[in-house]
Amino acid sequence: MVDKMVNSIISEVSGASPKVGSVLNVSVSASQSSSSANFANEIIMESAGLQVHYGDFLAVRDVNLTIHRNEITALIGPSGCGKSTIIRCFNRMNDLIPSAKVGGNVYYKGIDLYGPEANSGEVRRRIGMVFQKPNPFPKSIYDNVAFGPKVNGKPSKKETDEIVERSLKRAALWEEVKDRLKQSAFSLSGGQQQRLCIARALAVNPDVLLMDEPCSALDPIATARIEDLMGEIKTEYPIIIVTHNMQQAARVSDRTAFFNTEIGANATRPTGVLVEYDTTRKIFSNPSDTRTEQYISGRMG
Amino acid sequence: MSTVVNTKVMQADLRDTTSTSRKNWDKAFLGGLWLFTLLAIVTLVVLIGTTLLKGYTRLNPSLVVNFPSPFPEDAGIQAAIFGSIWVVVTSGLVSLFIALGTAIYLEEFADQKSRLNNLITINIQTLAGVPSIVFGILGLAFIARGWLGWGFTVGTASAVLTMMILPVMIVSAREALKAVPSSLREGAFALGATRWQTIVKQVLPSAIPGIATGSILGVSRALGESAPLILLGALAYVSSNPSGLSSDYTVLPLVILKYTQEAQEEFQAVGAAAIIVLLVLLISLNMIAIVIRDKSRKSW
Repeated sequence: MVDKMVNSIISEVSGASPKVGSVLNVSVSASQSSSSANFANEIIMESAGLQVHYGDFLAVRDVNLTIHRNEITALIGPSGCGKSTIIRCFNRMNDLIPSAKVGGNVYYKGIDLYGPEANSGEVRRRIGMVFQKPNPFPKSIYDNVAFGPKVNGKPSKKETDEIVERSLKRAALWEEVKDRLKQSAFSLSGGQQQRLCIARALAVNPDVLLMDEPCSALDPIATARIEDLMGEIKTEYPIIIVTHNMQQAARVSDRTAFFNTEIGANATRPTGVLVEYDTTRKIFSNPSDTRTEQYISGRMG
Repeated sequence: MSTVVNTKVMQADLRDTTSTSRKNWDKAFLGGLWLFTLLAIVTLVVLIGTTLLKGYTRLNPSLVVNFPSPFPEDAGIQAAIFGSIWVVVTSGLVSLFIALGTAIYLEEFADQKSRLNNLITINIQTLAGVPSIVFGILGLAFIARGWLGWGFTVGTASAVLTMMILPVMIVSAREALKAVPSSLREGAFALGATRWQTIVKQVLPSAIPGIATGSILGVSRALGESAPLILLGALAYVSSNPSGLSSDYTVLPLVILKYTQEAQEEFQAVGAAAIIVLLVLLISLNMIAIVIRDKSRKSW
């Protein structure tokens, strides 16, 4: 049964339009192909009929996504299609916007994040987030990483030291900062600041990591380092990433969700919709929906 | 040869074609700006200079050690200095706490778009523009006399000055909180911090420079305020330091008023010397504001 499905996927891939592949210059890494083929990865998060209103405006609707262990899931699509809105539903960051109303469900290990059993603080600890622009706290490098563990408990000095070292090592920043942990986080470069923010998110030991365009403020070298890092940590922390950069989605992700905008019957502003969700290989080589194909081949958006 | 000609053809005319009248306007405008700046500086220098000339004979320890006296050479302003410190410190502390609470509620918790919030904001801004004498009348009617009946005491003066500087302090504390980037709050929330943890550990520390500056400016205003306190019994012959909130009191601005109105020049000299003491206090307060601001910036 499994063999049959693998075969069908392979045949789909080999039947892909070479034009699309050559336009995008898609290179599929070894790690990606191995985990993509292993589609039995356990589902850790799932959204069902997710929709978000800002006041009366329906920003995005009917989003059904599954987030799997050991995988990176990329959300792509043109501006205003609701990618960032959706990713912020996955750790209840939209709670902070008074006009935002979330409908539908987001399940984390079977528990509804918006249900009565879920506390928003605990949700955000379990599901970490890295933002578009590096946003280190105006404190030392050490205190930036130690902040999360400290607000979630009372670790001893020794425990905190260990957490800080482990998190910075995990974020591939330790070697660069180990001699200046007491210096201001603002003394770091933009790419280092973003890795510090990743270390800060990892310090509270989350189960999932959300990244909202984490490289859009970085140069290509810093971007490559973050992408490498994502590949290294995805086995421990499944990642959902919003990106404007289709090459990035193709390079790093295992699954891709393509969002688009449409104007509803009585609406004046466009609403985001999930057009297609599949393995990255399928989306970039043989998408089922013509809108997806138009977008990834650069004819739209 | 031909290349030279070509270059000439290609050459753009970069010579100054600005007309003389426009250049003159430029100069006149700059001159005007200089003149106004000079005017402000000269006024200040003349004011301080004449005050110093008039008061330097009394700028000695006896000025701050002595209490008022019928003899100008013995008259001092110790009671007023301590009265001012009492009134300013109590009103500053009380209004700092109230202003912080109000600003945190309005900026961090209240729905920014609600009508109630808008109404409160408009009210606070209006209160900031109310003449201080109105607060004095209010204090006279409801605090010194009337319901509370605290009399002409330090407590009454502090309460009235608190009401007076509170709106300014709330507005500046709100501005300071508003200036803290929302990315900082998001960063803390995303790590599982509660609202309270986010405010106490991230937002407030970042807002301290702004809050400190605004509060000290408010306190400076209270220190130099005289109008409401005329109504509240500060224009009196007080020959002892306040010992508590229910003591009689006087303050520096009113001592200055009293002495400069005296006919005897020796008393006017005491007034001038008191002005210098008040100026020194105000400058020190502003210095403290600057030091706090710079220090908290460095720790970033």
